[in-house]
Amino acid sequence: MYATSYHRASSVEDAVKLKSANEEGRYLSGGMTLIATMKQRLAAPSDLIDLRHIPAIRGIRIEGRKVTIGAATPHADVAASRELAAICPAICKLAGHIGDPHVRHMGTIGGSIANNDPAADYPAGLLGLGATVVTDRRSISADDFFTGLFETALEEGEMVTSVTFEAPEKAGYAKFNNPASRFAMTGVFAAKTAGGIRVAVTGAGASGVFRHPGFEQALASNWSPDALSNVAVDASNLMADMHANAEYRANLVKVMAKRAVASAG
Amino acid sequence: MGVEGIGARVTRKEDKRFLTGKGRYTDDMTVPGMKYACFVRSPYAHAKISNIDATAAKAMPGVIDVLDGKQLQADGIGNLICGWMIHSKDGSPMRMGAWHPLAVDTVRYVGDAIAIVVADSSGEARDAAEAVVIDYEQLPVVTEAVAALASGAPQIHPEAPGNLIFDWQIGEPDAVDKAIAAAAHVTEIEILNNRLSPNPMEPRATLGIYDTAEDHYTCYTTSQNPHVARLVMSAFYNVAPENKLRVIAPDVGGGFGSKIYIYPEEIICLWASKKTGVPVKWTSDRTEAFLTDAHGRDHVSKVKMAFDANNRITALKVDTIANLGAYMSLFSSAVPTYLYATLLSGQYAIPAIHANVRTVYTNTVPVDAYRGAGRPEATYLLERTMETAARELGISPAELRKINFIRSFPYQTPVIMNYDAGDYEASLNAAMQAADWAGFAARRSQSEAKGKKRGIGMSCYIEACGIAPSAAVGSLGAGVGLWESAEVRVNAVGTIEVLTGSHSHGQGHETTFAQLVAGRLGVPIESINIVHGDTDKVQMGMGTYGSRSGAVGMSAVVKALDKVEAKAKKIAAHLMEASEEDIVIENGELKVAGTDKSVPWFQVALASYTAHNLPSGMEPGLKETAFYDPSNFTFPAGCYIAEVEIDPDTGETDIVQFVAADDFGNIINPMIVEGQVHGGIAQGIGQALLENVQYDANGQLLTASYMDYAMPRADDLPSFTLSHQNTPCPGNPLGIKGCGEAGAIGSPPALINAITDAIGHNKLTMPATPMKVWQALHSAH
Repeated sequence: MYATSYHRASSVEDAVKLKSANEEGRYLSGGMTLIATMKQRLAAPSDLIDLRHIPAIRGIRIEGRKVTIGAATPHADVAASRELAAICPAICKLAGHIGDPHVRHMGTIGGSIANNDPAADYPAGLLGLGATVVTDRRSISADDFFTGLFETALEEGEMVTSVTFEAPEKAGYAKFNNPASRFAMTGVFAAKTAGGIRVAVTGAGASGVFRHPGFEQALASNWSPDALSNVAVDASNLMADMHANAEYRANLVKVMAKRAVASAG
Repeated sequence: MGVEGIGARVTRKEDKRFLTGKGRYTDDMTVPGMKYACFVRSPYAHAKISNIDATAAKAMPGVIDVLDGKQLQADGIGNLICGWMIHSKDGSPMRMGAWHPLAVDTVRYVGDAIAIVVADSSGEARDAAEAVVIDYEQLPVVTEAVAALASGAPQIHPEAPGNLIFDWQIGEPDAVDKAIAAAAHVTEIEILNNRLSPNPMEPRATLGIYDTAEDHYTCYTTSQNPHVARLVMSAFYNVAPENKLRVIAPDVGGGFGSKIYIYPEEIICLWASKKTGVPVKWTSDRTEAFLTDAHGRDHVSKVKMAFDANNRITALKVDTIANLGAYMSLFSSAVPTYLYATLLSGQYAIPAIHANVRTVYTNTVPVDAYRGAGRPEATYLLERTMETAARELGISPAELRKINFIRSFPYQTPVIMNYDAGDYEASLNAAMQAADWAGFAARRSQSEAKGKKRGIGMSCYIEACGIAPSAAVGSLGAGVGLWESAEVRVNAVGTIEVLTGSHSHGQGHETTFAQLVAGRLGVPIESINIVHGDTDKVQMGMGTYGSRSGAVGMSAVVKALDKVEAKAKKIAAHLMEASEEDIVIENGELKVAGTDKSVPWFQVALASYTAHNLPSGMEPGLKETAFYDPSNFTFPAGCYIAEVEIDPDTGETDIVQFVAADDFGNIINPMIVEGQVHGGIAQGIGQALLENVQYDANGQLLTASYMDYAMPRADDLPSFTLSHQNTPCPGNPLGIKGCGEAGAIGSPPALINAITDAIGHNKLTMPATPMKVWQALHSAH
């Protein structure tokens, strides 16, 4: 790891100010990817601005069916929230299967979505729920937020402060682990939301998380795993690596979609 | 047997320090003035080095020096050696290419060391290493053994035309061909044994300290055999004469074979310490470990097994190509020959065997012994072939094995080994009963009702531990003897130190060796210390590998104890005015049999050191040394059964049960033995389902971190059902055989036999990843 300066931000304003004062700095919100990358000397931020200790962006707030999760909320808190589980168990289940206990206690929802790893779980959850990403300066719909591999709509210096969504009528998440990394080799989040059926796929798309219109249409007329049986999954836009070729991933996309629907609660 | 003696489940004495973070590993060692090393390594798998420019690096902050291979060569440091000479079948010696500790003009794998940077901190050393400018001329690359033998393949060493290191054979080719021609049935199969990275928890590390005043070197290192390291560094690498070189292998966090070998880094840090005048420490990071620790396995074999009309095996023919990587590591030549082909008779009476083995250079990290070393390759080949044959012949796998089991001992195989004892059917029956083999059909129906595929598979393994005797291995080409040493040092107050040439890096010797002494003398286990791992403290020894420490290392302790006991009895007899023959040792006392006369152990010890009243002519003191050279290998054997349930939608394999029935002979500490079996099976499951080293076509290592190299984790494993059968080994005084590698040897074929049983055909290679199993289920075959 190259030398870096660590700052613990006390507020959103403080964080944004620190970031603008340090052009080569990076926000740190758990560091489950960034620190590992720095240790391999593949990233060399001059400064790290730690967001995990800003009280205002930590925690889960539920008003009726509206859910707000602070950006600095660790996965373990989302996984363990009974209030959230009562109205959207799928997101709790998703959070409870990210990484291992160490990762779940350090990693945060804001950090995960800002990184937008193509095999991360939260991007599928947010896209599937039709969530809104709130930043220090605006609100961005999940449909617009995830723009490519490790790419988001965030502008230079912009930081995620929270994620909001309406609890869906039903939702389920099914994930098939990469045997080595335990990231999603394919993860599918299926939800029946007020805005319609949404099915989001992570771990499989060559350009990162994506929605599957074919699944969504099929489920709109018949919300059941069987409805997906005859829907084609195009392998041509899927990732291929040593663990899974595109054909196998296409199969996993369908199998996990069915399981997501079957498990939806 | 007592609560602390042989057979007792004594908790491990060493665990307190390990579990409370008080272990002392090489990287924990700090000495005044110590500096840090970083190695400049090749980013290319094959290239000429046209220039090395360290000017900028040397000017960087904290940098003490940057040293390269030409300087090392100029100082007379020798090339790395392979310690086992193999001759090809045409009589020519193996063709060994030069392995410079620091590459001089050519690099041959990604990670090949080129220069060492010594700096005030590891960060500064790393910064400077990145600033060393090296001009490379890239050369064509080959990473796979079969491709490396093809005509027109890139030439890796001038000494080995066509990349062929040796073309060796064992057995009787004519007899085998005749038997195959006359056979009622011949089973043919191609076997791939995947390449593995050993992954000990502690990465390699070394600290080289040169003392100018004494012209003396100290080497702390992560070694399984510090004395062998000292011998090799003195005799072959010209680092320093043995009396000027102390090698210390303190606590070592696992080895699995990968810490047997002398790597470039130890030698270079010692040399660099003299060059720079400061102690030099290097600790591998995990990616460096993937890149440079010797890998294991990587065989491609063609097999023919011939049967007569009664399903008796009449011959076995094996043609193997083994990838040895870019250089010949210390025991690399022995693994695919004498540690492999000599086990190809398995548990079966096979009248004729012939194996041909070609070893090959490739642009990959060197391959050497890894837990099992040759025996997993033999077992996987044989047990996959037996399973395939049973399916082709239409008889049960158990029946085919029973028909062919060796049933009388000693048994001379056609491939050198002389099996001394065993009862293979006892383990087979125990395993089948524990696995409820008879109930499998019903369980399969239940799985099918749930849409799952269920399969069951067995593996009957034999292995050879405690490689011996020295004269025999010497005649086969070994550069060392394979005995072991022990010194039993009784202190004046009766406490005991045992100095062993074995080395514990996870095996629990500090407990089991102490159990042996406690049981023998009836003294508390707390009064016994096991000393190992330091060439200044311990007499020459051969270290720990090949499951040898129980059978060989503890036998040396027995021999030393025999001498100590004989002398103690003489002293006790003298003190009690009794006859020496009447003295017995019980519960920490020396007693005159049949009387109430006794002296406590400590009093005899004290008497030996005060020397006020010793038998006439007796030397004072109570300390004895013994060297034990076994008369034969030991032959642990057993039967493993795996039962799997496969999800046909994803190809995921769930191991629903795993049964191991092992015959390790007598057992010192069942808890430790079970731990060894658990760990071995976990590694075997890793090989069968998860682990696979992969290089791309340019020789870049794709699996250089745990993001891509899949290690077995707790949730990949079922609870194991273990049992032990016991045919004591007649070859050593304790009747023990060795248990360290069996789990890794016996388990892969059981799993693949089970999975292929579930999927209904044989087209599957290790590791059986979900994708491969899914493909096997859904593709035409």
